[in-house]
Amino acid sequence: MDASVAKLIAAGISMIGVIGAGVGIGVLFGNYVSAGIRNPAAAPKMLPTVMLGMALSEATAIFALVVALMLLFVF
Amino acid sequence: MAAQHSPMEQFEIKPIIPLHIGGLDISFTNSALYMVIAIALVTYVMVYSVRGRPLIPGRLQSIAEIIYEFVGEMLESVCGKEGRRYFPFIFTLFMFILACNLLGMLPYSFTVTSHIIITVTMALVVFVGVTAIGFARHGVKFLSIFAPAGVPLWIMPLLVPIEIFSYFVRPVSLSLRLFANMMAGHTMLKVIAGFVIALGAWVGWAPLAFVVVLTGFEIVVAVLQAYIFAILSCVYLNDALHVGH
Repeated sequence: MDASVAKLIAAGISMIGVIGAGVGIGVLFGNYVSAGIRNPAAAPKMLPTVMLGMALSEATAIFALVVALMLLFVF
Repeated sequence: MAAQHSPMEQFEIKPIIPLHIGGLDISFTNSALYMVIAIALVTYVMVYSVRGRPLIPGRLQSIAEIIYEFVGEMLESVCGKEGRRYFPFIFTLFMFILACNLLGMLPYSFTVTSHIIITVTMALVVFVGVTAIGFARHGVKFLSIFAPAGVPLWIMPLLVPIEIFSYFVRPVSLSLRLFANMMAGHTMLKVIAGFVIALGAWVGWAPLAFVVVLTGFEIVVAVLQAYIFAILSCVYLNDALHVGH
């Protein structure tokens, strides 16, 4: 196999890491909504925390993206 | 016919006024133009709206007041009263990113924040500034953020390297989050818009409807990413202001 083709495949495979962030954000917002239905008064107060959690779980997806971009453009 | 246009074409930086001084290319580019427009827009909204100082706020003044209070409350809820001193910086950061993101949603415009050099610059300013504030306020005690209180001693050799790593990876994730979200969103918009032309007049309506929905979603993402950048800056600032909590 040509090295440039292997590079493209590797970049695609490295993006599998995004699954984790997808599951994480889904769990996070799912729990936020179900908790917000139980106690709607407390929901707006927790929104900054939820956003923070989203940003942190999204960071793992960003690392996968960095690896993919490095495979494509650095090597 | 549509295949000739790359979805990456929109991110090209083109010089408008070429300037070369001493081997340095400091041309006035379309990126610089949109940054100037963003600053002018923010200045206009914030200065012009409150110029008359009417008792009952008009529409523009209401917008300015709502954004001001929103950022102020966010800063105070994360950092407490001490964070009030850094409000101008956080507010400037939020307004600049918001204006750049929203300007990028106009057709044929350029998204400044879809270039990593812009976001890395802003993230490094936050990172270096927060570290400097931490050392200025607490001195060597600031290093105790790498060793969280109330953790058993035997776990420290494992925890301290992780904490140090996560501290230094902050500017990377902060900048890449904004950059990746803006770039991926705009690329996706252009790819789906390419389907509209490629599928023709009969089937092309389906991707067209999808593009409309996606444009609304991208506006939400533009506001959300500005908010996340600002609130993460507040969280990092809080770590520097209140060590040992």
